[in-house]
Amino acid sequence: MTTRLRVLDDGAWISIDDGREVRVSELWRLDAPDFCGCDLADLVVENFQEVGVDGSRVEVRVYGQCIACGETGITDWLPVGRIRGGEFVEFDRSCVRRTRRD
Amino acid sequence: MPTDVEKWKSEAYGEEVRERLFEFAEAGFDSIPDDERDAWFERFKWWGLYHQRNGQEGYFMMRIGTPNGVLEPGQLRVVGEIADEYARGPGRNPIFGDAYADFTTRQSIQLHWIELSDVPAIFEKLDENGLSTQQACGDSWRNIVGNPVAGKDGQEVIDAWPVIRELNETFKGNEDHENLPRKWKVSVTGSADGSGQGDINDLAFEPAYKAVDGDGAAGGEDVVGFNVRVGGGLARNEPRFARDIDVWVPPERVPDVAGGLSGLFRDYGDREDRYNARVKFLVDEWGAEEVRETLQEEYVDFELESAGRDVREEYTYNAGEGERNDLIGVHDQKDGTNFVGLNVLVGRMGAADVLDLADLAEEYGSGEVRLSQRQNVIVTDVPDDALEDFLEEPLLEHYSPDPSPFMRGSVACTGTEFCSLSIVETKNRQVRFARWLKENAELPADVDEFHVHLSGCTASCAQPQIADVSLRGMKTRKDGDPVEALDVGLGGGLGEDPGFARWVTQRVPVDEVPGAIANLLETFADRREEGESFRAFVARHDDEELDAFVDPEETDYEDPMMHNTKRTWYPYAEDDGLEDAPPTPADD
Ligand code: HEM
Ligand code: SF4
Ligand SMILES: [Zn+2]
Repeated sequence: MTTRLRVLDDGAWISIDDGREVRVSELWRLDAPDFCGCDLADLVVENFQEVGVDGSRVEVRVYGQCIACGETGITDWLPVGRIRGGEFVEFDRSCVRRTRRD
Repeated sequence: MPTDVEKWKSEAYGEEVRERLFEFAEAGFDSIPDDERDAWFERFKWWGLYHQRNGQEGYFMMRIGTPNGVLEPGQLRVVGEIADEYARGPGRNPIFGDAYADFTTRQSIQLHWIELSDVPAIFEKLDENGLSTQQACGDSWRNIVGNPVAGKDGQEVIDAWPVIRELNETFKGNEDHENLPRKWKVSVTGSADGSGQGDINDLAFEPAYKAVDGDGAAGGEDVVGFNVRVGGGLARNEPRFARDIDVWVPPERVPDVAGGLSGLFRDYGDREDRYNARVKFLVDEWGAEEVRETLQEEYVDFELESAGRDVREEYTYNAGEGERNDLIGVHDQKDGTNFVGLNVLVGRMGAADVLDLADLAEEYGSGEVRLSQRQNVIVTDVPDDALEDFLEEPLLEHYSPDPSPFMRGSVACTGTEFCSLSIVETKNRQVRFARWLKENAELPADVDEFHVHLSGCTASCAQPQIADVSLRGMKTRKDGDPVEALDVGLGGGLGEDPGFARWVTQRVPVDEVPGAIANLLETFADRREEGESFRAFVARHDDEELDAFVDPEETDYEDPMMHNTKRTWYPYAEDDGLEDAPPTPADD
């Protein structure tokens, strides 16, 4: 069965199979040298732009701001969790998230 | 590719949603198929129901659209009764209690904690009393705004109320206009004070004179009608003022031009990218001239007049200077009676107070009340000889016609209490800020208005960019820990030459914001030129100077909501963790 992935309510949250799974207003640690000059960005998640899936990995692009340096913008694809046995399992929010490098 | 929302709307939207909504209400929340929830919650918005944020599953915000903020005699009581009976949920607000109504910045009313099973009974009661939630949210004609005292205001150029009523009747439940690419916010103003705030709406009609003769050709006598502006809006870090498209319309042709522009938006607006869908972006792309040409060629069948002589130089509402920045206090009506604007701090009023106010409006006025875009309420039709007694009513101590500037100037949005998009807590915080500022900050003696608008995110529901001090939800770290914070903007306002606030100081921890405002005001008092307004003071300093004036500081102000209030199911609950969230309400 395919997983239904959506950005809803003006980018407020990610819907996975009609359930609210990932939300704005979190702080994420990012290893994302393209986003800002910090070693690790400290990103306030303000708006989801897109959601997609890479294998079983759910990824998003978000608009936000690094509160360490003030840079704002849209990130590259960031992993937020995994679909396992049809269920979404969110990655630990306190872990560093890395943008996809291919 | 069209978005999922577009797909859902093309399958079912508008009027027909009501029937399904009632079926779900009857059969219970769980009867909404698991794989159709997103679709139905999106469609419910058209009927004014917005699912509250996560942790509050199965509870809805319900918005009642009151055109131009007009509540006819008896209607406020109905709102109070509905709030009292149905707007009660598992969470209790420590400042406002457990049943209240919110008066909004677009002259509507919001109730919270509404359960699906109660919707048919509520709709029935609203219908019986001439009220409606239709198109209060969703992608369509929203509540039409204007000068709330249209038809009564002593300062009026033209009575916009019949025009608004006609637009409302024409475009609510109108199949041709029920499914637009995005929300469509319309303002029609007939007074010279700018209180309809047309500049920040998708479509604005503003009073203007035009010399036309009997055949509509130029050169005849001065006639009052409206100039047309298109493409204003504040959201998403992309604020725009509506653009002048060089069109004047007589009142009787407003529906044709409004329908033409709404049709143009329907057909040419971006349905592939919701972030680019508002008409402000179409106006960016096309320019005002092309909007006018397309309107003329494809959407109206008469020759459009060029813009008339406007009265913008008289605009004062939310202007940051001059008289009548708001509609608080006692003002003359055309008919010799008075309207009395009462301050409702952050727009929220307990249900019991709503009912008391309904009594007072009947006792001293006609029973009618009206809502302003500064989240305040106006009691109309109070005769001179009743005024004194009315002003002595105990309820008016709290909802004052002569409040402290810090109370009077406060506007706040919904925030993390209920809203999915929010970053920070808002309404209760703004109440705490206002109370602290009232005790601890000072304005120069000749300044009696000072507007502080707090929005929980960039959607800008509290219209922060047009305030003296704009506050917008953010985060920062304090001693290493994440805390709620606010970006601070200064010097925004409407008026003849509207300007957006400049964001001069970023990410101030919330507990340092009152100190920052107090320090800023001290500098303002020290350095202002004689009689200078705050807005003018801001205008003649650069961002760096202003950032230095803001000077965040801890004071005896304490903020109990520094943590991530969005990670709670309800910020004020004793056991506030998401794991303590109440179950989805059962059907009863
Ligand atoms: C459940 C709470 C709310 C949610 C989820 C919400 C959602 C939004 C969103 C997504 C936007 C951005 C719109 C866009 O880009 O097209 C917005 C803007 C706005 N909303 Fe709200 N809103 C809420 C409450 C309110 C309240 C209480 C009011 C007062 C009437 C309000 C009035 C406005 C206004 C005036 C804007 C300004 C921006 C503009 O015109 O572009 N909203 N809201
Ligand atoms: S400004 Fe943001 S936080 Fe406030 S009500 Fe609007 S969408 Fe919600
Ligand atoms: Zn950074």
